[in-house]
Amino acid sequence: MSGVNDFVVRFATVNGSGSASANSIFAKTVFRMGVPVSAKNIFPSNIQGLPTWYEVRASEAGWVGRREGVDLMVAMNAQTYEEDLAAVVPGGWLFYDSSMPRIWPRQDITVLGMPIAEICAKKWRDPRQRQLLKNMVYVGAVSTLLQIDLDVLEGVISDQFGGRAKLIGPNMEAVALGRDYAAEHFDCPLPIHTRRASGAEGKILVTGNEAAGLGAVYAGATVCAWYPITPSTSLVEAFESFCNKLRVTADGEKLFGVVQAEDELAAIGVALGAGWNGARAFTATSGPGVSLMSEFLGLGYFAEIPMVLYNVARGGPSTGMPTRTQQSDILACAYASHGDTKHVLLFPADPGECFSMSADAFDLAERLQTPVIVVSDLDIGMNSWMVDPFEWDDARTFDRGKVLDAEALDRAENFGRYRDVDGDGIPFRTLPGTHPDKGAFFTRGTSHDEAARYTEDGTVHARVLDRIARKFETAATLVPKAEIVSGGAGAKDGLICFGSSRPAVLEAMDKLASDGIRVDMLRIRGFPFGDEVAAFCAAHERVFVVEQNRDAQMRSLLILEAGVAAEKLIPVLGYDGMPLTAEFVRKHLLKARPTAAVAAE
Amino acid sequence: MSYIAKPIARHPKLKRNALGLTHRDYEGAMSTLCAGCGHDSITAALIEACCEIDLPPHRIAKISGIGCSSKAPTYFIKQAHGFNSVHGRMPSVATGANLANRDLIYLGVSGDGDTASIGLGQFAHAVRRKLNMVYIVMNNGCYGLTKGQFSATNDRASPSKKGAPNPFDPIDLCQLAITLGAGFVARSFSGDKAQLKPLIKAAIHYNGFALLDVISPCVTFNNHAASTKGYEYVRAHNEALDRVDFVPLENEIRAELAAGETRDVLLHDGSTLRLNRLDADHDPEDADSALTAIRSRAARGEVATGLLYLDPAEQDLHATLGTTARPLNAMPMSELCPGADKLAAINAKFQ
Ligand SMILES: Cc1ncc(C[n+]2csc(CCOP(=O)(O)OP(=O)(O)O)c2C)c(N)n1
Ligand code: SF4
Ligand SMILES: [Mg+2]
Repeated sequence: MSGVNDFVVRFATVNGSGSASANSIFAKTVFRMGVPVSAKNIFPSNIQGLPTWYEVRASEAGWVGRREGVDLMVAMNAQTYEEDLAAVVPGGWLFYDSSMPRIWPRQDITVLGMPIAEICAKKWRDPRQRQLLKNMVYVGAVSTLLQIDLDVLEGVISDQFGGRAKLIGPNMEAVALGRDYAAEHFDCPLPIHTRRASGAEGKILVTGNEAAGLGAVYAGATVCAWYPITPSTSLVEAFESFCNKLRVTADGEKLFGVVQAEDELAAIGVALGAGWNGARAFTATSGPGVSLMSEFLGLGYFAEIPMVLYNVARGGPSTGMPTRTQQSDILACAYASHGDTKHVLLFPADPGECFSMSADAFDLAERLQTPVIVVSDLDIGMNSWMVDPFEWDDARTFDRGKVLDAEALDRAENFGRYRDVDGDGIPFRTLPGTHPDKGAFFTRGTSHDEAARYTEDGTVHARVLDRIARKFETAATLVPKAEIVSGGAGAKDGLICFGSSRPAVLEAMDKLASDGIRVDMLRIRGFPFGDEVAAFCAAHERVFVVEQNRDAQMRSLLILEAGVAAEKLIPVLGYDGMPLTAEFVRKHLLKARPTAAVAAE
Repeated sequence: MSYIAKPIARHPKLKRNALGLTHRDYEGAMSTLCAGCGHDSITAALIEACCEIDLPPHRIAKISGIGCSSKAPTYFIKQAHGFNSVHGRMPSVATGANLANRDLIYLGVSGDGDTASIGLGQFAHAVRRKLNMVYIVMNNGCYGLTKGQFSATNDRASPSKKGAPNPFDPIDLCQLAITLGAGFVARSFSGDKAQLKPLIKAAIHYNGFALLDVISPCVTFNNHAASTKGYEYVRAHNEALDRVDFVPLENEIRAELAAGETRDVLLHDGSTLRLNRLDADHDPEDADSALTAIRSRAARGEVATGLLYLDPAEQDLHATLGTTARPLNAMPMSELCPGADKLAAINAKFQ
């Protein structure tokens, strides 16, 4: 199936060796040739010296999910030679540094050796420079093997080094070393290679965390508090760096405040304090941070305070696989905290939605007066995805929710902070400092009546809980509607997925169609579920629920909250921490079908 | 127990402040604390202090954690918004609120359990961030609300009501705050309103982190004769290092100073702190001297009270972060959202 503009190249390197930038230069170059790419960084939880892989898939057909099997392995790490050799598909290629020649025990692949270290030692004296440029030598060699346009490569290198000739020069020299060697010694190009294409034209290549950070800027967020944790850190870093470009006045005043807090408890406390006081505020974290934040999330839910929490999920339980991806915080987020607590969740599927859903998240938080959790993951957050350019409609109005200003308070009769005036379960709030003698109230996590007064009266407590439940029904009508993709008229099988599973699922549907199997897809984008979710389940005989966790957490949520019968929902689960592939989805769906058919009878 | 509204009775003779308000306008709901609880006396001092320095009640935000002490904000200044958050986390909520609107006055109310046990980390970090707030600890050496367990500020060997001595050394919040860089650190006693009131006023006018550690006996669980946080003990062992007078800007009268004993400290906002030093060895602008004063008294079983430390170079988190002088929560969205045309250049970077 591999061929021109359709292949996977994997770079096996050592982290901290400067390979990351060389690898991303390669991905960007293929992308700039107009070829759709997806790049997955498979990195260790370590700073220097451990194996790391960077996988680039090119797909002229436009599939941007990960694909199994490596066509060309660039094996630059002796520690992992064995597994790297095993990963190459039959008929594939392995490129390595043959300064120390070795026998590769596989007859069904082609091994391409280049004495990179030797060549570099002759060329550069400074060991640091030698180390960094070595990476560009293999990029050069690979670029010739794959017939990559030199002009495009040079353009990317020039952008990478900010146009500084002093850096561009040596890097291009290194590229030339690789290119010349490959042209002279190998059969170039390989059958898998690139050509100019149009699938990536006009697109951008970006990570979800950059997109979400930018989205928070566009959403008008002004207060951010956080505690560093992979894979969410780069989201806050992006927010701060965009703010420093876009949110500083001519006099140098910052229209934002970012606090690196002492821990996640403090981070969410800051966000809630700011949300209570009328600023758009957020924090970003990953699973362990969500666990720490749960007491405050309950307070935010019950005291009805807007804020946004980005959870860029990683592999659990506990510290788990901190640099791998999973969707295993679904229930922890939906029900974070003790008591009858539930949260509004948004599920972006790619960086494009990380951007657009940010504004939605802040609008919803203020409309519904509650914490809104944006559930992303490491795959979306830290890998580069090809998506449509970000768009912003200047006519968009922000929903700041039901906030009474001084004039409105003067007009209002009988203000009560937790009174349901409109029947939608959403009360009116006031901000501190608004009016000299109207609208002040006491915010508390203890039980309160409609006027925000402390109460231990059980009927009042139950009444307030019922009203918040009503508010949740309103939320179900406001969260982004699910995406539905038809697998062809009359498909009896349905498939539900969310978040980063989308590209793999879409590709699997395409493959299944060629197998003669039609499946409709519904991609959940928000919780509480809109009516379309239960309707989709009702309209299909059985529904596969594809998710990246062991315990079928979304399936549980569908059973609990959308009233879908458990027998109808067939789990398809991947939880090895690697981004999902179409092949995995297809295989497991096929495997699950006969048993499912029996179960349905 | 549910919310109890206080009957409003206006006495025509009550003194009015510059805003035309009386003490009654700074009151809150009826206290539900035990009769005689030190916390109520601190509340009373807060009411009078805020009234006397003419604070518009609604420009105050009261933030607390959990505990009997943290309930106190319900009992003063009902026209101010209040936020009774979660146990030990008042400092983070106050940080966020302050970031959102730097123009309000932030009164944080906490207990010794809330601050020195579960909240020690948040306390320490609010101090080092130099958050502009008044942080009041109603310090009774025990967990009142959970029925009298020792807290981390209880003195070693000070017995519980049943007589068991506390085996651990106390955390001294004032020493800790000075070490961590707090700008204004004072200790007082709920039973000494004359000392407490001017300290509250000065702390409010201080532009930076101001700690008021107020010993506040728990009459129900920690006020027996042997307790070092009881009325009897503190009255007998209270060693005031100085007497503070607070003179707001507009009332300033330059009095003759008794050389060596009285010192004026001009605060950032133009008001004056008049310090009458009772202990000539204690220099409140010197951190080492302040620490020595506290420690030497403690070694003798005494409690040093008064303004322990003051850094005249007032510092605030907003200055560190470089945030705008305008409240962030009032910023129009048009100024915050960069708009569509800025996106072209951003997209280009990702192309
Ligand atoms: C997370 C959490 N743990 C425990 C409690 C129970 N609790 C309530 S108040 C309190 C101690 C309060 O002590 P302090 O802050 O000294 O206040 P005081 O009642 O003495 O004024 C405790 C442990 C709680 N509310 N939340
Ligand atoms: S238990 Fe102690 S601290 Fe709590 S209200 Fe009673 S006297 Fe005050
Ligand atoms: Mg206490």
